[in-house]
Amino acid sequence: MKLSLGPILYYWTKQQTLAFYEQAADADVDIIYLGETVCSKRRELNAQDWIDLAKSLSQSGKQVVLSTLTLLAAESELKTLRKLCNNGDIMVEANDMAGVQLMSEQGVPFVSGPAINIYNARALKVMKKQGVTRWVMPVELGRETLQELLADAEAMGIKEGIETEVYAYGRLPLAYSARCFTARYYDLPKDNCQLKCIQHPEGIAVHSQEDDELFTLNGIQTMSGRTYNLESELSNMQNIGVDIARISPQGDETFEKVNQFRKALSGDLKTIALSEAECNGYWFKSPGMDQVVTSS
Amino acid sequence: MELVCPAGSLSALKVAVDSGADAVYIGFKDDTNARHFAGLNFADKKAQDGLAYARQKGVKVFVAINTYSQAAGWSRWQRAVDTANDLGVNALICADMAVMDYAAERYPELPLHLSVQGSATNYETLKFYKNNFGIRRAVLPRVLSLKQVEAVAQYSPVELEVFAFGSLCIMAEGRCYLSSYLTDESPNTCGACSPAKDVRWEQTDAGLEARLNDVLIDRFEEGENAGYPTLCKGRFKVGDKTFHAIEEPTSLNTVELIPQLHAAGIKAVKIEGRQRSPAYVENVVRTWRRAIDLYNTNPEHFRVKKQWKEDLAKVSEGAQTTLGAYTRAWQ
Repeated sequence: MKLSLGPILYYWTKQQTLAFYEQAADADVDIIYLGETVCSKRRELNAQDWIDLAKSLSQSGKQVVLSTLTLLAAESELKTLRKLCNNGDIMVEANDMAGVQLMSEQGVPFVSGPAINIYNARALKVMKKQGVTRWVMPVELGRETLQELLADAEAMGIKEGIETEVYAYGRLPLAYSARCFTARYYDLPKDNCQLKCIQHPEGIAVHSQEDDELFTLNGIQTMSGRTYNLESELSNMQNIGVDIARISPQGDETFEKVNQFRKALSGDLKTIALSEAECNGYWFKSPGMDQVVTSS
Repeated sequence: MELVCPAGSLSALKVAVDSGADAVYIGFKDDTNARHFAGLNFADKKAQDGLAYARQKGVKVFVAINTYSQAAGWSRWQRAVDTANDLGVNALICADMAVMDYAAERYPELPLHLSVQGSATNYETLKFYKNNFGIRRAVLPRVLSLKQVEAVAQYSPVELEVFAFGSLCIMAEGRCYLSSYLTDESPNTCGACSPAKDVRWEQTDAGLEARLNDVLIDRFEEGENAGYPTLCKGRFKVGDKTFHAIEEPTSLNTVELIPQLHAAGIKAVKIEGRQRSPAYVENVVRTWRRAIDLYNTNPEHFRVKKQWKEDLAKVSEGAQTTLGAYTRAWQ
């Protein structure tokens, strides 16, 4: 099974971002996704910067994929999307059907990101016709659904030529809104958000009135409060046909996680206990925030 | 503009038809639709009766089959499409590519509308659904400003329907998993958001507490209006503030935008609320019928009447209404 590094979901400074990808170039991952997927106001790197960075990263021998915005509402956003989709060289991860439309018009293979709603093999078949060669399962789905979906895909004869990727580490991207919750927290209108996200490289924690860490505000995106972690499930994932496990960049420990996942994959499996701030519920058909303890 | 109205029951359907709906939308009694609540929706016989009633009065019936099927449940989604076709409904409202693919292939004459759960916020996305499944209409999520709605409408290859009134979902519908994160059920998978089975109310010394799968969503002081614990409308702690960190309980009301929506070429306006009572349906449909009729007879002099505002406020969440994302200020 391969390991991927998902796109950075938070707003980091240009310097932080470039430093991160310098490390990523040497990290033990097979695939690197990069690009702005959350908010088009985040322009520390513009579309051309991302394309240039992707091209330079592909010299590291890893597969590099440009991830596109998830919620596209303005013409300017479609313009950026077109630029990314027409880069001519680097593979694209579409996170909205607009990207699917553009890539399918070009007849170029592409990745279907986690915000594209593929819940069954018939939908995957439709996507395969558009040129999808890899899909990332929506985060609210789990093992059983995936197993059945892949069995159906096999029976329908469409499994060949499609890789399956699972979001395996990081806070879960749970929702996208017209509203910017970071700006709301600062009592600023979205139009004048002052790019406050940049002050929160891991988002802003939302607790219940009883101090449960529920959600994380990340601009227009709402993320889980807990960090999803499927490290203990890697071998099961492999067994049911998952090709790639995605690690979503989060904090300084990201590359440490990469190493741990790599070790786990190479059979160095100690019993991995999740920390209190972690969850794995979705994978086991439980509420996403739950922590399901398994015997494996 | 067509007035598309909700019907969670046969009595709501009759009221909607009698109050001036141009079309009503219904769902079947299972998880194939995004308002899968106990005691709601239509089984075969009721659907037939509803259809006959609407037809007799010249009102269209749309069926929402707008959740996402997983492998084990596929036969239910397939059956829902078959049933709707056999009933002779005027359109299916779908979100899942699998459902649209099946319907378009099997029943090419049956009009398809892209549900709001399909999360189409731009015209390139609309092109995709038109090219692949021949959809004729799309319902836009409640995340676009009026300017953005106008821009999408300008290049849209299909008719557009927008939300006119009702509970305000502030996330891009079809891309929100907050509910399953807390309860394991979401609109996409089960047709439920913040499902009632997980709600618990408790009077404590600190106030009336509303919980969703044991998580404290809100705490109300005496005399405070205690709303349903929809998780995005709870009061939470962020830094040193305790507030509605995501959204206040409020309803969308766009009655004053009728002229602009009409000018943008919006084909239909939709009232939300299949989960609401016939009294709600009657009030909202009647008011909107008056508003649209007034606009149609005298577009130049269209003004929102005080009476409409008062009537609609009675059925609004938290008795507040908002223009939601349609105005930049809200965003």
